Amino acid sequence: MELIVKKRIQQVLKGDQNAFGEIVELYKDRVYHVCFRMLGNRHEAEDIAQEAFIRAYTNIHTFDIDRKFSTWIFRIATNLCIDRIRKKKPDYYLDAEVAGTEGLTMYSQVESDEPLPEDKVESMELQESIQKEISLLPDKYRSVIVLKYIEELSLKEISEILDLPLGTVKTRIHRGREALRKQLRSI
Amino acid sequence: MNTCPEHIVHLMHEYLDEEISQEQEKELKTHLQQCEACKTHFHELKKTIALVQSTSHIQAPSDFTANVMNRLPKEKKKAGMNRWFQRHPLFVAAAVFFVLMSGSLFATWGGDNEFAFTPSEKVVVEGSTVVIPEGETVEGDFTVRNGDLRVEGEVTGNVTVINGEQYTAGAGTVTGEIEEIDQAFEWLWYSIKSAVKELGDFSRSSDTES
Repeated sequence: MELIVKKRIQQVLKGDQNAFGEIVELYKDRVYHVCFRMLGNRHEAEDIAQEAFIRAYTNIHTFDIDRKFSTWIFRIATNLCIDRIRKKKPDYYLDAEVAGTEGLTMYSQVESDEPLPEDKVESMELQESIQKEISLLPDKYRSVIVLKYIEELSLKEISEILDLPLGTVKTRIHRGREALRKQLRSI
Repeated sequence: MNTCPEHIVHLMHEYLDEEISQEQEKELKTHLQQCEACKTHFHELKKTIALVQSTSHIQAPSDFTANVMNRLPKEKKKAGMNRWFQRHPLFVAAAVFFVLMSGSLFATWGGDNEFAFTPSEKVVVEGSTVVIPEGETVEGDFTVRNGDLRVEGEVTGNVTVINGEQYTAGAGTVTGEIEEIDQAFEWLWYSIKSAVKELGDFSRSSDTES
């Protein structure tokens, strides 16, 4: 996988745009998923995930080919997500609940278009409330929790993606877990 | 719960990060068996993780890649060139050098488009033909540019005709070599040759001096 990606990146560097399409195809689901869990809204997730790939394309010559492309693209994506969260909610910590619900409403609107079988509804509701609780986390905890438990990345990789010392990542994961525990206790 | 030591909670997280030592794990387990509050706490943490991980993996919309490709900046030729230049500085330097060099060479050639010849009082000009009349002797080399030369008399050096033709009449004599140059390429070749020759002459004369 890494070898294919390396080859494609070299083709992109030579000006082959189609080779980049193959890279997008390989990573789109993971990047989109991370964005979705960070932002809690499909529309924004798509927008930011696309933006992440475009940034990757325009800055591809700064990418160190000996490193993992996934680390790099996740780094771009999480940074864009955090920017978006901060721009959207400058007073995030004050009215976290309102802002969180807002993202969720849009998500449920998109979903309500398609009819769901009865048994799926319950799990959908559970999923929505979990997503809502994730959205309520302060962004610094949210990014580590998403990378750790949604993407199942190692602490070391997370520290590379977020450009934070390993100790900080650990502390944030601990605090994020504690915060989520309190929020999800009732479920 | 507050009565439990802080480090028990820390141990829980170490456990969840899979960074706990065997001794610590034993300590944690013993404590959890005794303390109901910590047991609940630990259980809640595990449940939290399970819940977060239970969220289904969603996939990007089917037109995602196409949308990205459409939004990519069109490879501007200029941008591409710039990037290419940045990565091949040596080639750029060589190219610039070559352009400047050939520019100066062609300037020398192109600048002499007019009819000209080595000044001498003994020659006669007929239209664009320089004639060295019978009985006259031109001392040294003789060059005609963009014109013809007819030698009826005598030249004691080399004769060079650039962009023209040269006739030597039956009675005419040229002591040195006769050369006709017609095209830019030959002119280039001639310039190089004479430069090398000069260099050779120079080194030879410096040899003899020393």
